[in-house]
Amino acid sequence: MLWLGVAYLGALAALLITSLWTQDDFTGTIQRAWTLENFRTLFTVEVYRTITVRTIAIAALVTVVDVVLAFPIALYMAKVASPRLQRLLVIAVLMPLWASYLVKAYAWRGMLSADGPIAWIASPFGLGTPGYGLVATTITLAYLWLPYMILPVYAGLERVPDSLFEASADLGGGAWTTIRRVVVPMAFPAIVAGSIFTFSLSMGDYIAVKIVGGTGQLLGNVVYDNSSTANNLPFAAAVATVPIVVMLGYLAAARRTGALENL
Amino acid sequence: MRRIPTKRLAAIACAGALALAATACGTSSGDGDGGPKAGEEQGGFTAPDVPMLDKLGDMEGQVNILAWPGYAEDGSTDKSVDWVTPFEKETGCQANVKYFATSDEAIQLMKSGEYDVVSASGDASLRLIASGDAAPVNTDLLTNYGDIEDFLKDRDWNSVDGQMYGVPHGWGANLLMYTKDVVKPAPTSWGAVFDDASKYAGKVTAYDSPIYIADAALYLMKTQPDVGIENPYALDKDQLAAAVDLLKKQKANVSEYWSDYLKEVAAFKSGDSVIGTTWQVIASTIGDSVDAVLPEEGSTGWSDTWMIGAKAPNPNCGYAWMDYITSPKAQAAVAEYFGEAPANTKACGLTSDASFCETYHATDADYADQIWYWTTPISQCLDGRTDTECTDYGDWTTAWTEIKG
Repeated sequence: MLWLGVAYLGALAALLITSLWTQDDFTGTIQRAWTLENFRTLFTVEVYRTITVRTIAIAALVTVVDVVLAFPIALYMAKVASPRLQRLLVIAVLMPLWASYLVKAYAWRGMLSADGPIAWIASPFGLGTPGYGLVATTITLAYLWLPYMILPVYAGLERVPDSLFEASADLGGGAWTTIRRVVVPMAFPAIVAGSIFTFSLSMGDYIAVKIVGGTGQLLGNVVYDNSSTANNLPFAAAVATVPIVVMLGYLAAARRTGALENL
Repeated sequence: MRRIPTKRLAAIACAGALALAATACGTSSGDGDGGPKAGEEQGGFTAPDVPMLDKLGDMEGQVNILAWPGYAEDGSTDKSVDWVTPFEKETGCQANVKYFATSDEAIQLMKSGEYDVVSASGDASLRLIASGDAAPVNTDLLTNYGDIEDFLKDRDWNSVDGQMYGVPHGWGANLLMYTKDVVKPAPTSWGAVFDDASKYAGKVTAYDSPIYIADAALYLMKTQPDVGIENPYALDKDQLAAAVDLLKKQKANVSEYWSDYLKEVAAFKSGDSVIGTTWQVIASTIGDSVDAVLPEEGSTGWSDTWMIGAKAPNPNCGYAWMDYITSPKAQAAVAEYFGEAPANTKACGLTSDASFCETYHATDADYADQIWYWTTPISQCLDGRTDTECTDYGDWTTAWTEIKG
């Protein structure tokens, strides 16, 4: 526990301290003088607000897409599939996690390219590939984080007793009513638990954006550009506090739903 | 953004007036006592006191090389392209090569102190000297230094007060590349990626670095005299805003920005990009489906210098590499592969294409002066204006983030 505290919280503290320093633009040397200059730039220059809003929107969209895709799969796994099939499906869901993140992102780059399979399938219908951009980023991130949504929702649905389904049917509830009035409310904390993964992972991502994002940039890219290419570590640290604050807010909201006990 | 103290800036302005051969405060060469401390004539630019190697010692057995892609090929890209293996056999120094994508990345990596030598462009070299990350180079220890073209020595971007901080490697221009089947007629102007970019909407590509703003500034300099740009690296606030406007318009048509050159190779091969800025090495890698031209406006370009790290763990192997890479044979190989003019023109007799050096104007000092070499923009205007303050690299970095939106 002590180790975790030192290594993890220590790194975060170092990050916050760095964000209060500044750097020499010409030589890139960090100057250790206290200033709020980085945060002033962050809040006053409009482009950073735009990027923050865009990042939150993408993270929310990825989460919604993952919920919509994961819920039916998890419901089928938990309540319909035979025990044998259930095990096979769990393995199938976990399998993409064995492959490297980069391989999967580059696979989507190939899929979405102008001479890729999506363009090939869509062309008879007069459509094309969405190309590289925010749509491609959303698709790729939704694909990457889908297992992290399916598993908690599956675990949550498994805990819903079968007798509740029967009771709902006895009282005249159809399939839709049962899902809407019984299953979703009971699985909601699990969905929120899954969304913590999909939302936080999307908030911090920059590699998928670099690979399929075209000209788009998210907060992660601003951090990356400032730390690795512009040499401005203090400003990168200041930008990095934005997702931290957003995630703290998100976790506080999630806690109210009781989702954290579902993890 | 934090400003650099004015006094120091004045100094850097003089020392940093790259590409402008005749500046009043240009480095004076051959005065004999060119120690790194004697920087007063440059208006106060004092390079940090970093010791220079006096004599060579035993080889350390390895050397960590930080290079532009294509500068240190060991046969892994193409079996026939290999000048690193002969170096290893000759010197017994195992070469550990890392490629970098932008000058900023090179500076960041050099700060780690893990690398011995780096191929620095003009927008990086002076910053490395100023930050004390690069050491002066004792050219007496290099056998091939004498054969390097004189117009590349003791220049503002590779020396301070007559003391060389590296060995000139080669120079060239950023080119306009296009896919021959798609882009017709063949473009002759940078207008193809700026004013006329909408013709290839969603298929244009551009270099992902703040320094690319200079490309837009160069185009404005040639096409819109009203903006009054004299030097693409000396932009006042209004001129920078004009360049940013042009780049924001361009962005609507850009498929993606590239910094990893392999990403550009892949994008042109798959057809996701059909026109954009490039280096000759990229066009050579892609092959016959593309062509790379020098547009009529001229171009931005690079003049690279091999520098040695101040904290180099393997200085002797580092010197061995600097000497080897400027030898005629290695220069011929790297220049022909990368597509640039070699600094050591003895290489011209060894290229497989006999007219190579003519094509690249390797010995033509006047031509070399017409390329706008990558330079770090600083607030003291590099074009000599004193009535206004120019935008510095920090401003350009912020502007670049804004352009990308």
